Amino acid sequence: MDMKATKKKLGMKERYRALTRDLGWEPSYQDKDAIFPYASYEGIKVHDWDKWEDPFRLTMDAYWKYQAEKERKFYAIIDAHAQNNGHLNITDARYLSALKIFLQAISPGEYAAHKGFARAGREFPGVGTQVACQMQAIDELRHAQTQIHAMSNYNRYYDGFHAFADARDRIWYTSVARSFFDDAMSAGPFEFMIAIGFSFEYVLTNLLFVPFMSGAAYNGDMATVTFGFSAQSDEARHMTLGLECIKFMLEQDPDNLPIVQAWIDKWFWRGFRVLGLVSTMMDYMLPKRVMSWREAWDIYGVENGGALFKDLARYGIRPPKGWDDAEKAIDHMSHQFMLGLYQWSFGTSFHSWIPSDEDMDWLSAKYPDTFDKYYRPRWAHIRKLKAAGTPFKNYGLARLCQCCQLPSVFTEPDDPTLTCHRETVYKGEKYQFCSDGCMDIFNNEPEKYIQSWLPMPALFSELGGDVGAWMNWVSLRDGVDNGDYDGSTDQQHFNEWRGLATSNL
Amino acid sequence: MTVKSIKDYVGVSRDRVENFNGKQLVYVSWDHHLLFASPFLLCLPPETPFAAMVSGPLTALVQPDPDAAAVDWRTVEWLKDNAPFTPDFSRSLAANGIGHKDQIRFRTPGLNALLNAA
Ligand SMILES: [Fe+2]
Ligand SMILES: [Fe+2]
Ligand SMILES: [Zn+2]
Repeated sequence: MDMKATKKKLGMKERYRALTRDLGWEPSYQDKDAIFPYASYEGIKVHDWDKWEDPFRLTMDAYWKYQAEKERKFYAIIDAHAQNNGHLNITDARYLSALKIFLQAISPGEYAAHKGFARAGREFPGVGTQVACQMQAIDELRHAQTQIHAMSNYNRYYDGFHAFADARDRIWYTSVARSFFDDAMSAGPFEFMIAIGFSFEYVLTNLLFVPFMSGAAYNGDMATVTFGFSAQSDEARHMTLGLECIKFMLEQDPDNLPIVQAWIDKWFWRGFRVLGLVSTMMDYMLPKRVMSWREAWDIYGVENGGALFKDLARYGIRPPKGWDDAEKAIDHMSHQFMLGLYQWSFGTSFHSWIPSDEDMDWLSAKYPDTFDKYYRPRWAHIRKLKAAGTPFKNYGLARLCQCCQLPSVFTEPDDPTLTCHRETVYKGEKYQFCSDGCMDIFNNEPEKYIQSWLPMPALFSELGGDVGAWMNWVSLRDGVDNGDYDGSTDQQHFNEWRGLATSNL
Repeated sequence: MTVKSIKDYVGVSRDRVENFNGKQLVYVSWDHHLLFASPFLLCLPPETPFAAMVSGPLTALVQPDPDAAAVDWRTVEWLKDNAPFTPDFSRSLAANGIGHKDQIRFRTPGLNALLNAA
């Protein structure tokens, strides 16, 4: 049987059409609403799915080719890193605390994003959107995998990496990120796109990845830098998808504006709370620091975010409601959060430490209005307690916020000496919050947030307050994974091995 | 509207008091004393006398603060639900109207060593 040779290769534009738009069809024996049951209940009105633009015009065949090439390069470098004891090139093993938090709290978020986009790809009726979501789902799965692989080499030598999945599910400081993604995944497809595609990828990703990847480069961590490069071109695509999606919603119907604005308000604040973790990495955990959290915020928050919201103003969008409260918190949050991480470090699967004189001088130079006034005296006192042989451990645990699930370490926007107290009663039961932003989110959808599983109350409701049993349950090895860096096995090992590698003793 | 959903949606509070084996949560916070990064979380039987909560867990927990020794518990200013409150030390948490997940605050005007140290 003869096959007729095809005339010509398809051009870019035709290929895109054939491999995306042409994959869709009009259903004939099933109702469209039955096929896409989640497309309308959020109230977003779409009149023409074909107006969806895919600025990248990427087709699946080209996608596979690019990604395979990236994977090949990535694993070549990761193998070399492992074989050449790349772990001894980092500045200091204190750096690893930032990596451990990233692996326990953020990498699982990549996996969650994968699940969310796979679902959104199924639930959106438009073909262009389906294909874009499908690719992002695969990207995010790849990010989770490559991050875990990049960091697995450190697990052979250092503590705190071994049980990141248990930490993700059960420990307390990761639940801010976990609940962020759980909240997004249990929302409808449009809200999911605003939560992850827009708020996370577009507004916050720079504040998360740029400092973190530069931090890795500054601190000699080639494995993580390599991951960063491998993910960078994906992230550019993700940001574009997020922005495209929000513009699409706003252009389709004027009734969409208030819904979208409410989601922006909500997801900005939820994302801002996740960034609390990042602020401590930047200001306290990198032995060689890239820039302060305040400097990063000025560039990526104020400048870039400001320009974005100016651009969106033509649709009637205003900056997120919590923007001013966020600005007021910038010079305080990393210090407030880090003081918490240190005093509860018996319950962290990473090490923390009291900043040295040099660290504190850096902090007061970066935070001239706040550090010496509010935070240096606390660190100085904590140092005194340690020197006296009574290191500060706060067994009082913490009040967690019902929404962001973080310990309520944050202060009143206009009084940095007073904890922010917010509470509400719903169906006869009391709920506590860290801020107005979090309380507003709860009040909009209380039935959702009353179900929050909060790690610290769970220590009492599920384990009767037995801290040892809790440590087993979260796979935290007491005296090994937790506590002060000073005197830890990580410190001992790193210094010993680096000594062997750089001297003849 | 309590949640956007495709059908009736009713949530169940995860931390309701029945789940705490006869005890309840109480949050306690010392105003302007942020050596303690967050309000303390205590889990106590509702029959606990207010005085026992103060002389027991609370006194122990505030020890690391340099102002701790100077606190006179009988003269501190108390707040509950963020409003002034006069506890009866001899009566229980329940009899003082302190419910599950309530926030108790106390103030010690004039005491703040770590704030003036700079
Ligand atoms: Fe990702
Ligand atoms: Fe992404
Ligand atoms: Zn919160």
